Amino acid sequence: MKDTLGVERPIIALENVEKYYGEYYALRGISAEIRQGEFFSLLGPSGCGKTTLLRTIAGFEELSGGRLMIDGKDMKRVPANVRPTNMVFQSYAIFPHLTVAENVGFGLRREPLSRDEKARKVAEALEMVGLRGYGARAAHALSGGQRQRVALARALILEPKVLLLDEPLSALDKKMREQMQTELRRLQRQVGITFILVTHDQEEALIMSDRIAVMFEGQIAQLDTPQQLYRRPNTRQVGEFIGVMNFLPATATVSDETHIEVEAAGLGRAVIAPDQLPGGWHPGQTQSVGIRPETMSILFPGETTDRRVAIGTVEDLSYYGDMTYYVVRLDGVDRPMTISMKNLVGRPVLDRGTEARVAWDARSLVLFA
Amino acid sequence: MKSLRLYAILYLIFLYAPIALLPIFAFNDGTVIAFPLKGFTLEWFKELLTIPALHAAVLNSLIIAVSSALIATCLGICAARAGTRFAFPGKKGILGLIMLPLVLPEIIVAVSLLVVLLQLGLPLGSWTVVLGHVLMCTPFSIAILNSAFQSLDVSLEEAAIDLGETRWSSFRLITLPLVMPGIISSLLIAFTISLDEFIIAFFLTGTNPTLPVYIWGQLRFPQKIPVIMALGTILVLASVILLAIAEYFRRRGVARTGQADAGGFL
Ligand SMILES: Nc1ncnc2c1ncn2[C@@H]1O[C@H](COP(=O)(O)OP(=O)(O)OP(=O)(O)O)[C@@H](O)[C@H]1O
Ligand SMILES: [Mg+2]
Repeated sequence: MKDTLGVERPIIALENVEKYYGEYYALRGISAEIRQGEFFSLLGPSGCGKTTLLRTIAGFEELSGGRLMIDGKDMKRVPANVRPTNMVFQSYAIFPHLTVAENVGFGLRREPLSRDEKARKVAEALEMVGLRGYGARAAHALSGGQRQRVALARALILEPKVLLLDEPLSALDKKMREQMQTELRRLQRQVGITFILVTHDQEEALIMSDRIAVMFEGQIAQLDTPQQLYRRPNTRQVGEFIGVMNFLPATATVSDETHIEVEAAGLGRAVIAPDQLPGGWHPGQTQSVGIRPETMSILFPGETTDRRVAIGTVEDLSYYGDMTYYVVRLDGVDRPMTISMKNLVGRPVLDRGTEARVAWDARSLVLFA
Repeated sequence: MKSLRLYAILYLIFLYAPIALLPIFAFNDGTVIAFPLKGFTLEWFKELLTIPALHAAVLNSLIIAVSSALIATCLGICAARAGTRFAFPGKKGILGLIMLPLVLPEIIVAVSLLVVLLQLGLPLGSWTVVLGHVLMCTPFSIAILNSAFQSLDVSLEEAAIDLGETRWSSFRLITLPLVMPGIISSLLIAFTISLDEFIIAFFLTGTNPTLPVYIWGQLRFPQKIPVIMALGTILVLASVILLAIAEYFRRRGVARTGQADAGGFL
């Protein structure tokens, strides 16, 4: 997908896409480029416009403003049935009156292929999703996981440029979901098609995606790789939505080009590197710092460290077997924070009310407005 | 509990005793409708075959019932699809008005239609009866088809469009087969209602009476009553069979789309 200058062209380009229903703005200026062959996720809380954006790309909703390009072509007035996208619906939308094979081969109806070729393609698609030999079954008698696979095979048989998936795993139980997550990922690598996955499950997005767009209220708050999103969220809202993050009131001052000094409640002073600031950010705007639970540890009595140490009290704890989650209140801070610890051999689980010496690093601080 | 059961039994006797009398006297070898019964005969059924005016009425009724059923079901499909798929201003009110003939006294509908038709100077005939019957049957068709359309996942049609079909072809390939049991059920119910309907037919019919109007005309002749009883027996039997088939299709439709049964007319 390179243009004449050899520059990688995005498979989907969203330029200031807007969608309103009457007075209600479901999408408020979405701009993003989705790369050829990547596993892209739209992540956000319920009602933030994920489905609306996906349906706009599929062609089921018209844009109220902005521009949508798929593979370099403007999709204005291109109806859903001729767009190079296919969709896996949240309800799977399996045609209940057809067999599995008829469902999977539905998209081939209009293709100029012989009967044998169609049958071969259907068999291949079923094989790919692990449903070999299921072709003659009635579609309405399948289990949830099997329906999901039929929906996938049906959407992939036309070899779309982009596969759109609207919360495809939300109807499955936990075990099935984890299995399908791995399988979807494998399938995506195998076929090399761009996948756009809608999900409100941050863990699922982190596990599966090459890049994630985090959406709030019709806007993209941050578009990044999973690691970058987790380690360097742009805003408190993103930090809070993805994983667990503790926030402490803070101020920051610049001493010279490479040294930024942060003063955070309960932790004290620390010098941080400029790359710990969100992009286009002035240190003077800092109002809080964020720190992830697993980047801190509670020292057991007598343990020494060369990391920074803050003092607090264990207020509560939840024991998970492999992990213990402590709720610790640092001296001089009114909001408690969460610290997660691996339960290693020889490390005692602390009791409520004991003093906690919390070891932390300046590298793991994230600054927020 | 005991008194409740007694009540139920009395109610059923009250409801069905008159209908049970139909076949009893239809096979009774006597011209007077009274006990004791005289003996068994097929005389009255044989006589049915020899009355040309009756045959004309039957034919007329069949034509009217088939037309009414087709028109009411087509209207029902449009209304049910619009009602379950799209939101538009005043939707509830409009649907409510369409369903109104279900509870309006038929005589009111008949008289007002008659007044309108006469005012417009239109001639009465089979088509005016069809018009009245469509009015009566459409609410039933809508109710049946609503339940068929409601149990349908909206994304099914979208999925077909997504796979390359047009709006119309996805309706034809996906929606239509899935609501077909509902359509058949609606056709049968509307057909039955139209076939049995008397008041509207009586007011709006032209020179060719429908079957119920013909029967009513014959009641003036006491010696014809056993023949009418025989005819009635056949009609009751036919109605029950048609309604049973309709209900069978409605239930099959519900089962096919894997929904819980929201109840029908039977
Ligand atoms: N056809 C419509 N008419 C009016 N409002 C709509 C319509 N479709 C969606 N909305 C509104 O747009 C907003 C975004 O809806 P959308 O379905 O995209 O959310 P979502 O992010 O997919 O949420 P969820 O996780 O619950 O599926 C919601 O507030 C919804 O009420
Ligand atoms: Mg959604």
